[in-house]
Amino acid sequence: MTVMEVNSGDTAWILTSAALVLLMTPGLALFYGGMVRARTVLNMMMMSFGALCLVAVTWVLYGYSIAFGNDVVGGLFGNPFEELGLKGMMKDTGAGLPPMAFVAFQAVFAIITVALISGAIADRAKFGTWMVFALIWSTVVYFPVAHWVFDFTMTDDNGTVSHVGGWIANNLKAIDFAGGTAVHINAGAAGLALALVLGKRIGWKRDPMRPHNLPLVMIGAGLLWFGWFGFNAGSAVAADNTAAVVFVNTLTATGAAALGWLLIERIRDKHATSLGAASGVVAGLVAITPSCSSVSPLGAIILGFLAGIFCALAVGLKWKLGFDDSLDVVGVHLIGGFWGTIAVGIFADADAPAGVTGILGGSFDQIWRQLVGAVAVLIYSFLLAYAIGWVLERTMGFRVSRDDELTGIDETEHAESAYDFGSISGGLRASFARSPEVDAGVAHDQEVSA
Amino acid sequence: MKLVTAIIKPHMLDEVKSALEAFGIEGMTVSEASGFGRQRGHTEVYRGAEYTVDLVPKIRIEVLVDDADADDITDVLVKSARTGRIGDGKVWISNVEDIVRVRTGERGLDAI
Repeated sequence: MTVMEVNSGDTAWILTSAALVLLMTPGLALFYGGMVRARTVLNMMMMSFGALCLVAVTWVLYGYSIAFGNDVVGGLFGNPFEELGLKGMMKDTGAGLPPMAFVAFQAVFAIITVALISGAIADRAKFGTWMVFALIWSTVVYFPVAHWVFDFTMTDDNGTVSHVGGWIANNLKAIDFAGGTAVHINAGAAGLALALVLGKRIGWKRDPMRPHNLPLVMIGAGLLWFGWFGFNAGSAVAADNTAAVVFVNTLTATGAAALGWLLIERIRDKHATSLGAASGVVAGLVAITPSCSSVSPLGAIILGFLAGIFCALAVGLKWKLGFDDSLDVVGVHLIGGFWGTIAVGIFADADAPAGVTGILGGSFDQIWRQLVGAVAVLIYSFLLAYAIGWVLERTMGFRVSRDDELTGIDETEHAESAYDFGSISGGLRASFARSPEVDAGVAHDQEVSA
Repeated sequence: MKLVTAIIKPHMLDEVKSALEAFGIEGMTVSEASGFGRQRGHTEVYRGAEYTVDLVPKIRIEVLVDDADADDITDVLVKSARTGRIGDGKVWISNVEDIVRVRTGERGLDAI
């Protein structure tokens, strides 16, 4: 076996991509934060930052090993003890891409997937319980599902298997290039489960609950789009032709999706809104995520445009079906991720890097693989998220009290307020806004003395 | 002395203010308000959901005047604030017991 050197081009691109994808989580915090009402924006952003910090630790401790350790049983999860604490991974193995670069790149995927869920439970979740949920869900759902989808079986030069990966990638051979199933269907299904466990916000359907700061939403969507080039093009795990094709598909599908969303809004609601543009951008990014390596740029335009239309229509479903998926995690990520995953089986172009053919090319072989992968992740994530949420609600309590919800959880969970413009408050609007019960609490005294 | 209070559509403020200045009022107070009248708000569609907006944004104008000017100023307000469409607002006149200018302590008509 020849001794290889580190490929500096690939390594530079993957580390850069990891940084790009990391920025998506603060971007998501802005995107979600602007969409909630002024009295809960900090909590909304904190749920993303909390997930970021937590998973940055658990990924190193055991997450990477569950996701990318050698398969233990039937392609379901990797050996958690194999790379526990990333032991033995610091030395230079001579691989083209240092293993740690891959560790870093995959870490930020785990982070944003957990953060995505929080949009479904805006305005009403206890922060502490959210953190416990994030810990358990990432451990028993995300890390195994990442193994299913992202961990490829490898063979060495002699043809012997040197690493055994997960079932969706290797046995089913569904194509999920950057995480339509593992990230978006996964987070969307968990969001739906938590929205059902926590129930509707007080005033749901009666109050408009319109976004309090749309410029934040637009900045967030912009940062997500920017970071998504790392998410998708970085998933080539090389600075190569595949990365370049994927980059262009990520650009064009996203634009087309926002146009599709705005068209639906113009027809249905009479106005093309900035929230619609931002949501359309994210819907397009979600849909092109699994499919970016298997479609042509023209296919990406059609796929993205339809994603914008489907998701714009899907966000209306919660009003009809009666679940408070506050920031449309289901409508955008579950539906968009599902569509993008299935669309591989429809639009796949044999000339694209993935080299598979979809229905439009005359092959029906890929679509059932896509469907099985998507449904499997959806059901697994939904059931486990529901169970975890249900137990937490009955033990720690997941939903805040009625008083706290009406006061606003920025005050009651974090003892802060995002905007303190009132001239009579002198930086203490917190204490003015509170109900008497909350005023009696310790946090208030600390705030006054500070 | 009277207090003339007007509730008007926000976008009519500039026109109403110019008309009052042209009439020669000594001062006015303007504040943002919200409310509904006989039109009972309206329904809006946002992100595919229809909901009722029952408190519509309005502007509240208050002017302290001499008894003799009250009717004229009311006319100026009504004329300048009218668009002829639903939600144009209301103007009412109320009696004022006394007025004090904070800086000088002047009372009554001198304080207007």
